[in-house]
Amino acid sequence: MWRWLHPYAKAEASYRLLSRLLPWFACSAVVTLLISLVWGLAFAPADYQQGDSYRIIYIHVPAAIWSMGAYFGMAIMALIALVWQIRTASWAIAAIAPVGAAMTAIALLTGAIWGKPMWGTWWEWDARLTSELILFFLYVGVLALYFAFDDQKAGAKAAAILAIVGVINLPIIHFSVEWWNTLHQGATITKFGRPSIANDMLWPLLLSILAFALVTATLIIMRLRNEMLFNEIHRPWAQAELGVNPPVAVSQQETR
Amino acid sequence: MNPRRKKRLTLVSMLLVGVAAAASLMLYALTQNIDLFYTPTELVEGKGKQQQVPSVGQRLRIGGMVVEGSVKRDPETLKVSFQLTDGGPLVTVNYQGILPDLFREGQGIVAQGVLTSANEVDASEVLAKHDEEYMPPELAEQIKGIRHVNPNQVDDSSSGAGR
Repeated sequence: MWRWLHPYAKAEASYRLLSRLLPWFACSAVVTLLISLVWGLAFAPADYQQGDSYRIIYIHVPAAIWSMGAYFGMAIMALIALVWQIRTASWAIAAIAPVGAAMTAIALLTGAIWGKPMWGTWWEWDARLTSELILFFLYVGVLALYFAFDDQKAGAKAAAILAIVGVINLPIIHFSVEWWNTLHQGATITKFGRPSIANDMLWPLLLSILAFALVTATLIIMRLRNEMLFNEIHRPWAQAELGVNPPVAVSQQETR
Repeated sequence: MNPRRKKRLTLVSMLLVGVAAAASLMLYALTQNIDLFYTPTELVEGKGKQQQVPSVGQRLRIGGMVVEGSVKRDPETLKVSFQLTDGGPLVTVNYQGILPDLFREGQGIVAQGVLTSANEVDASEVLAKHDEEYMPPELAEQIKGIRHVNPNQVDDSSSGAGR
């Protein structure tokens, strides 16, 4: 059943696949991001309570969703790296972590900018805000562990374990607004039943969520390709991709 | 799946289950401390299984809906007092300062301050909560009967209704 997946354990095959996918992801990311942000920031109606200030939702919510989505993807890669010991998966950890950390930072910053005029404070130690901050520290911790060892395999292993343990934080972030009373309001769209947002505002929001997914994917693909080249630089396929002569040939010329 | 992979998978899932159990026990034990605020009912009737009532002089946060018609402003100073409810008992909040833009009667707020008597709080900070509903003003007027008035463009005809 999983047989079709086996060739991609080889970095060469998955590099080719990612290279083919990259332009599609990049183009659709730019197009959807432009459309959804212009639609959301300029054309969607203002909110009855918050006026125009609510428009930051078109950046805040997608960034927050994909800060968690990227973490989940990273944890799956960590599981594959630990159990099946596929090196491409462990490089994916290093490729995803900075992108996810950036999404988390965007969510935290836009949240603070939104919180000041609406709630009256930049930051409050409520369960939702704190657990999202912990997610940021988890990303930074995974990244630090990955590069903390001289032996790259040991680093990847340690980072993978932390990434898997940190997955516990995802349900805590999502349900924090239900389990405890918080300053942050409850879920608007990621819940069962009808989203509690008017349709005119919902469509640009859904499009911006798609746009941020594509942006996240594009950045991860770009980083993962680089990781592959970096780690396989001594292999002929990587040198062929980069258009450099194999070092063997160079040394032969020198000796002659 | 070969035995080595199986062993590693078992180890990883045991690790995950163990950490999840530890985390949930910890969060369960800390439940009351993770709550950002007391609700008026919890403040007056006690919180949790022990029905623990916070003592007078304690610093705490209280969160609830501002009772309609309970906001009293001092005409001379910035002092304001209002009552909070969550459907049960009422708690009076005294505050001096500028209230957030979203503050209005019927709105959820969170106030931080010192408990001065069983159901009175001297607040040093008042934050506004907003709900998860977003809609344009015309729709809000239809569904909720709320008229949105831009505070910068209040004309005489709507100044009375424009809260």
